[in-house]
Amino acid sequence: MSIFTEEQNGTRHLLMGNEAIVRGAIEAGLDVAAGYPGTPSSEIIETLAKYAEKNNHYVEWSVNEKVALEVAAAGSFSGLRSLAVMKQPGLNVASDFLLHLSASGTRGPMVLLCADDPGALSSINEGETRFYARLMEIPLIEPGNFQEAKDMMKWAFELSEEIRNIVLVRTVTRLSHASGNVTLGERKESVGKAFFKNDGFILDPMEGSVMSAPVAYKHGEQQVKLKRCAEIFEKSPFNVYEGPVNPELLIITSSICDLYSKEAVSLLNAEKRVGILKLGTTFPLPPKLIEQYLAKADKILIVEEVLPFLEESIKVLAAELAPTIGAKQFFGKANGDIPMVNELNPDIVVTALSSILGIEYKEVDEEYKKRASEICFFGSPARETTFCPGCPHRASFFSINKNISMDNRSGFTCGDIGCYSMGMLPGGFSTLKTLHAMGSGTGLASGFGKMTKFGMEQPVVSVCGDSTFFHSAMPPLVNAIHNNSNLTMIVLDNSGTAMTGFQPHPGLEVDATGSEAPKIDIPSVCKGMGVNVEVCDPFDLAKTQETLFKFLESDGVNVLVLKQICALSPEKKGKKMFNMSIDDSVCLGGECGCNKMCTRVLSCPGLIWDRETEKSTINDVICIGCGVCASVCPSGAIKKEEA
Amino acid sequence: MPELKYDPYNLIITGVGGQGNVMSSRIIGNMMSLKGFFVTIGETFGASQRGGSVMSHVRISTKETVSPQIPKGKAHMIVSLEPSETIRVLMDYGNPAVQVITNTRPTHPIGVISGQAEYPSDQNIEEWINEISSKAWFFDATEMAVKIGHPIFSNIIMAGALAATNELPLDREIFETIMNTKFNPDKAKSNLEAYDQGVASIV
Repeated sequence: MSIFTEEQNGTRHLLMGNEAIVRGAIEAGLDVAAGYPGTPSSEIIETLAKYAEKNNHYVEWSVNEKVALEVAAAGSFSGLRSLAVMKQPGLNVASDFLLHLSASGTRGPMVLLCADDPGALSSINEGETRFYARLMEIPLIEPGNFQEAKDMMKWAFELSEEIRNIVLVRTVTRLSHASGNVTLGERKESVGKAFFKNDGFILDPMEGSVMSAPVAYKHGEQQVKLKRCAEIFEKSPFNVYEGPVNPELLIITSSICDLYSKEAVSLLNAEKRVGILKLGTTFPLPPKLIEQYLAKADKILIVEEVLPFLEESIKVLAAELAPTIGAKQFFGKANGDIPMVNELNPDIVVTALSSILGIEYKEVDEEYKKRASEICFFGSPARETTFCPGCPHRASFFSINKNISMDNRSGFTCGDIGCYSMGMLPGGFSTLKTLHAMGSGTGLASGFGKMTKFGMEQPVVSVCGDSTFFHSAMPPLVNAIHNNSNLTMIVLDNSGTAMTGFQPHPGLEVDATGSEAPKIDIPSVCKGMGVNVEVCDPFDLAKTQETLFKFLESDGVNVLVLKQICALSPEKKGKKMFNMSIDDSVCLGGECGCNKMCTRVLSCPGLIWDRETEKSTINDVICIGCGVCASVCPSGAIKKEEA
Repeated sequence: MPELKYDPYNLIITGVGGQGNVMSSRIIGNMMSLKGFFVTIGETFGASQRGGSVMSHVRISTKETVSPQIPKGKAHMIVSLEPSETIRVLMDYGNPAVQVITNTRPTHPIGVISGQAEYPSDQNIEEWINEISSKAWFFDATEMAVKIGHPIFSNIIMAGALAATNELPLDREIFETIMNTKFNPDKAKSNLEAYDQGVASIV
């Protein structure tokens, strides 16, 4: 009994935004889906993969987002309904192909789902995908709630079929990872039969070769499709106005900000003064609809997250329409009422509204707020994110940090994207000194390794995860080898895409659906490139440090694979390697010269420093028995016993 | 559909990554959704939550889907799996009328483990929470959970405790149905035991 395999038309469920998106794609009659994991988008491909066999879908985790978009496009070119899924930075990776795809056009309906992360709740950027719609000249639609997440996903396929081009659906963390009630709709039959027509007239969009040339012709056709979209959007049921006939202030908003705006208006009891126009179709804007509502009010507030995408488009329209609708006063990003960084929430919208409308608002009594803040200062010590108890990355960074310090030539480590990005933080001994896009750690290291020409003698290290290795770290490794750079690349191989929930990757023996798949061996790939490779268990601190010492001393490119499965992985979860204990008679506690190597330095959450006895203890509730702390204790007081 | 004390009713479930927050909010949300209420749950998860503070906003309404983020100062009930996290949530979302159910077992942040910060005493925590809430319940859910078989059951114990406050119309029968469809009989039984112990903790 699953809503992902059965009809269940008309039934009501509590669904996560991403589940609603999946159901929408299934209702649309999906055939093919491909993506690369990335919070907050991962559950979409994961769920589709789980039910792929029953639904007769083809679903894959692709090596990276560009390949995912290409695989999905192949489905479309074969006449099937296809979907590509990624988080925002993934679209940067896929954008080169997207530029050409949007010009060549699609055949079977094709949707690109991008999940943005305003406020960087699980990212190291808050980049925007909305601007890609303008740049690539493709339609953009944005669901504003859970029901729309399903309904608009289904509609996106219909729209793509009508204009024969890819449709971008944008969601955000607060929708994808939030849950709400959704009533299911009818399921369409999948196409199910693939054939790529390619021998027709060269300019025939359905039977000729698929390409973006001749450029002027194809580009012109693309723009005709976009004009058609604007016409369709004029009548879209996903553009909704709620409020008085002639509001004093008109809010124009989209995505999850619609719910924040509604809440803010309600908190200020301003329902009779403010109207909200929620746009589901945000590029291209439907000009007549916008004109109709702009004409209703003199003051306009644009509520959207991060950059002024809507604001700028609406201001351009308002300038063109000024002769008929008159001059408008705009509030939003430009005047500073709505911030340009971070995610929004109801309180930020309340602040903007109360200033525009002159309504006073206090979230809570001042006295209470003051006292609660005082109590929080003493009662709630900062909780910095750190590696889980038993995480192999803590052990790896402990060794890397120690080796670089002992080497004493101001060596440094370039970081990459994964849980191990936390190597930037004190919990990872502040080991990482650069952190950018996927694969960029080794790319930067490749460059740093050539700075010897200018007198730089610092040893260069880069880290990357096993999934990142395949995604985008192989080209910079090739670059480093070919250009005779000097660096040590450390592959932190924890057997899965751990940060996003253990999705498989090409280095594992299973694919997205759990079927057996050929495994690509990372050390063999590196050996094939002609570099020196060694594999160590990061829990074996001595061997790891000895190897790393050797690599830091030597010239050229060396690869160290630190292989140990993630502590949270389904295969390992709950299984202790060792039963850990502390021999009180051996632990010198506060008197030991180590100055708390176990708790202060290693700082694993599985250890507790008892202030009264001034000795270390094991937190049995969370310790998973990796045994690393036993290796760092200079007195040998921490004991490990095979579990 | 019964009327709610507040509409929407704003519940926050908080704790530390790995304590089963998300599961707890989903189960409570589903129990209310199955009764016909509109439920909106706001939460975040991913790398940013590894060992960090986590918080789910569960909002229940008879009328509509609402913002997945509760406005500041507007929580009606805070259910917490970790005592210092209760205080952190109270600062942003508390108000003089808020009620609190909190597990008393601390999970020390690395700042405390490494000796740079101090963790408040049990007595201080209890006094402070009582001072800035209208009603508060305290018990060691982790210890109870360990006795049932695994510390993770503390999230279900908290759900049972919430039900026993009668703040929301949570039915044990619906909980049982959800457990029986979600888990094998053994696990379902342990979860029911946890739920009942949570109910018994509210006096």
